[in-house]
Amino acid sequence: MPHTNPASAEPILRLREISKSFGAVSALTEIELDVYAGEVVALVGDNGAGKSTLVNILAGVHQPTTGTIEYLGQQVTLASPSAALGMGIATVFQDLALCENLDVVANLFLGHELSAWRLDEVKMEVRAWALLSELAARIPSVRLPIASLSGGQRQTVAIARSLLLDPKIIMLDEPTAALGVAQTAEVLNLIERVRDRGLGVIVISHNMDEVRAVADRIVVLRLGRNNGVFTADTSHEDLVAAITGAAENSVTRRQKSRAERDGQERPHDQR
Amino acid sequence: MTNADRNTTAAPLDRSDNRLRDDQSFAGALRAFLDRVRSGDLGMLPVAVGLVVISLVFTALNPVFLAPNNLVNLLFDCATVGVISLGIVCVLMLGEIDLSVGSMSGLASAIVGVLWVNSGVPIVLAIFIALGAGALVGVVYAFLFTRLGMPSFVATLSGLLALLGMQLYLLGSTGSINLPYQSELVRFGQILIMPDWLTYALAVVPGVALVLGGLSTNRQRIAEGLSPIAVRLVVTKAVILTAALVFAGWYLNLGRGLPWMFALFVVLAVVLNYGLTRTKWGRSMFAVGGNREAARRAGINVKRIYLSAFVLCSTLAAAGGILAASRLASSSQQAGTGDVNLNAIAAAVIGGTSLFGGRGSAWSAVLGIIVIQAISNGLTLLNLSSSLRYMITGAVLAIAVIVDSLARRSRVSHGRG
Repeated sequence: MPHTNPASAEPILRLREISKSFGAVSALTEIELDVYAGEVVALVGDNGAGKSTLVNILAGVHQPTTGTIEYLGQQVTLASPSAALGMGIATVFQDLALCENLDVVANLFLGHELSAWRLDEVKMEVRAWALLSELAARIPSVRLPIASLSGGQRQTVAIARSLLLDPKIIMLDEPTAALGVAQTAEVLNLIERVRDRGLGVIVISHNMDEVRAVADRIVVLRLGRNNGVFTADTSHEDLVAAITGAAENSVTRRQKSRAERDGQERPHDQR
Repeated sequence: MTNADRNTTAAPLDRSDNRLRDDQSFAGALRAFLDRVRSGDLGMLPVAVGLVVISLVFTALNPVFLAPNNLVNLLFDCATVGVISLGIVCVLMLGEIDLSVGSMSGLASAIVGVLWVNSGVPIVLAIFIALGAGALVGVVYAFLFTRLGMPSFVATLSGLLALLGMQLYLLGSTGSINLPYQSELVRFGQILIMPDWLTYALAVVPGVALVLGGLSTNRQRIAEGLSPIAVRLVVTKAVILTAALVFAGWYLNLGRGLPWMFALFVVLAVVLNYGLTRTKWGRSMFAVGGNREAARRAGINVKRIYLSAFVLCSTLAAAGGILAASRLASSSQQAGTGDVNLNAIAAAVIGGTSLFGGRGSAWSAVLGIIVIQAISNGLTLLNLSSSLRYMITGAVLAIAVIVDSLARRSRVSHGRG
């Protein structure tokens, strides 16, 4: 397996032969996945490849049918979302799950407020600023309601919130799907900063350029099975081939016909 | 960097972004207020405008309206429906509704009348049983809503009928029970007034609390390296508030004075306000009202929050019903019928609690009910029949909801959630 593990030799998270079936449909078959501290693992695959199922298993939403999950060397069961969160596996969902009517501080601490019967607003505000400045996030004021923030700022708040409980692993589901160019770059920077803090990051994305820009390893799923682990310098074509399962596929056919129409070879992105 | 040099050399932690406008000065505060209003965050503005208009119109039509003793009566009336409205604030906060609060209040007054007067149960026990019945009804609504997925609108609409039926059943053929005039309960609802000195003393409390609270927050903020809040603004607010309250106390004392029953209502509002703004429970209420799924994923027990809101609402409705019984010195088949339901809901909405969930405050019930009762009281002074009163109150509710909807649309387009 070609992987770089900068921080430690032992993975924080180790999935072995994870299978999940919904009735007669096997969504996942014998999935293997390792996540090391201080690395970004991208999880890619077509629609129906099992990415979301895998994320839901790690977030504690679903239970695997068979297989084992090892976390920090211990075999664990992630029985519920709060169990996963309590153990140190935080998830940033695609829709972010923020309350627009509440301000940034209230959202960061939602469900984990300091002193339940006499909210300590000052302490929470200070901690909020500390969290955001660690991420070098640019939020003008933590007393603004979420409704007045941009998409990138909201993503920042959601990521900052997932860091509140000092997790070991954070999972980001399509973190840039709804963002513009500049905001996407900001979020990618954010992901790198989170990685540099020594966390394991799992990113799910459809955007191949973005995946190769930020990921240390790229895990491809296809039809619920592992279909190879790649590094960031894998070519676009090889990744697409792994995702679709064939060198000859609709993407390459389209590129070929386009190249012929343009009368020139499309520049290969080889790094 | 230590806290000390962060204070002297750099801008405080929360003031370092230069996109942020300084709203700490008087002019800045005024500008921020105007911005809020323009973007649809109306807050208490409709209430203030409404009260001024109502006072001018009714005083022009009948000068008795502003007479001290009429205002004292007004406050007595406010307390009964106002307490019900506090509960309505809780369910509206979640974007739900309870249409049965009127029937619940009627049932509670019937329970107290039957148990206390007819069966000789001690008054305190009778009141607790009535409140317990309210809590139980709230539990049933929460069960129907969270477990069986019944919309609160339908659940409480059927509750409206069922509870009314129970009220009629309890009162039986007699139809109404007179509560003894000499009892503490009736005296509380009709006669008991605070001594003048206590009214003045209490009028000063909110302002002092505001300033002390502001100073203590400030000390904490500066110690933690945050920007201080504008003390001048807090002091100005406190002075204006204290002046207004002292004047109101003085004016009421020209008549009979401040009713204890209204004081009870305000105390309940203060407690609810604290709960909503300063506790984890209140934060969860706002979160569930704003984005239920987000609240669930944040680990909030959403079902328990719904349960707390429905139970609070029905219990406060029962409390309002008991106060209404004490005010009228009777438990009758008419108690809680007619416009009680709509007045309670209208009060909360007029005061600024949104029907769409996620925004509101306990004070909206206090200010809203004063508007509603002022209208009702003024129309009664004009000797208008109840047919006209219903039509006018209906129109006021419609206007309040329209203002709420338009303000909400404007808030969305101005990014204020």
